[in-house]
Amino acid sequence: MPEPFEPRTDPDVDLHLPADRRELTARPATVLAAIAAGGVLGALARAGLQHAVPHPPTGFPWATFTINTSGCLLIGVLMAVLGHLDGGPPLARPFLGVGVLGGFTTFSTYAVDVQRAIVVGAPGTALAYLAATVLGALVAVALGDAVTAGLLRRATR
Amino acid sequence: MTVLLIALGAAVGAPLRYLTDRAVQSRHGSVFPWGTLLVNVAGSLLLGVLVGWPAGPAVSALLGTGFCGALTTYSTFSYETLRLTSGGHRLLALANVLGSVAAGLAAATAGYAVARALTG
Repeated sequence: MPEPFEPRTDPDVDLHLPADRRELTARPATVLAAIAAGGVLGALARAGLQHAVPHPPTGFPWATFTINTSGCLLIGVLMAVLGHLDGGPPLARPFLGVGVLGGFTTFSTYAVDVQRAIVVGAPGTALAYLAATVLGALVAVALGDAVTAGLLRRATR
Repeated sequence: MTVLLIALGAAVGAPLRYLTDRAVQSRHGSVFPWGTLLVNVAGSLLLGVLVGWPAGPAVSALLGTGFCGALTTYSTFSYETLRLTSGGHRLLALANVLGSVAAGLAAATAGYAVARALTG
């Protein structure tokens, strides 16, 4: 009997859910390898985009802004799809959510780029980037979740 | 070479985020996402150090783009904020956003300043 898929707060791992509590003890090497493999793919995609669209320290970091907002849109879509599938395949969340999207998006580059813009004397850019990323990310994740859940409900009605 | 270093850093950073999140959650029952906050602040601190030092291209690729980039996450942070909001924990959601941004920025600033002071 598969357990019903409860709503989770943490898409990486949520120990309130029995399936998440069990997944690492059941097959630790497989789960960690799936996360690592996804993380490598996500990080390389991020590095490629940042390399293609560089920005000066005083400029708006468009590449990282796009990476973070699109990654948030996609985690909303992914978690709605997996929720619809009662969790989906066991390695889907570790590989795609924890690995690919977690490795693709980045909080450290965001924080350091804001700090660097302040240091080089571009506080306006720093504030605009700081606020735009937070707002963009929250709108994107809500949109990804709501639109996907709505479409799936309509499709299965 | 750079690609390999980024891959190596990410292959460690992403699983470490998952393991840290598990370890933090197993020590408290709160719905507040302390685990994600911890990895995001720690990664911002380390990246601040690397930028202030400043680290060479190989170390930056391995530890900065690869490790810190994969250890920290915006997608998990935003999804947790969404779930806190929809679950009726609006104050916790607001605290998560303000706390993560303020602590991440403070950590990046502290890391940068300490590295600058030490390498002078």
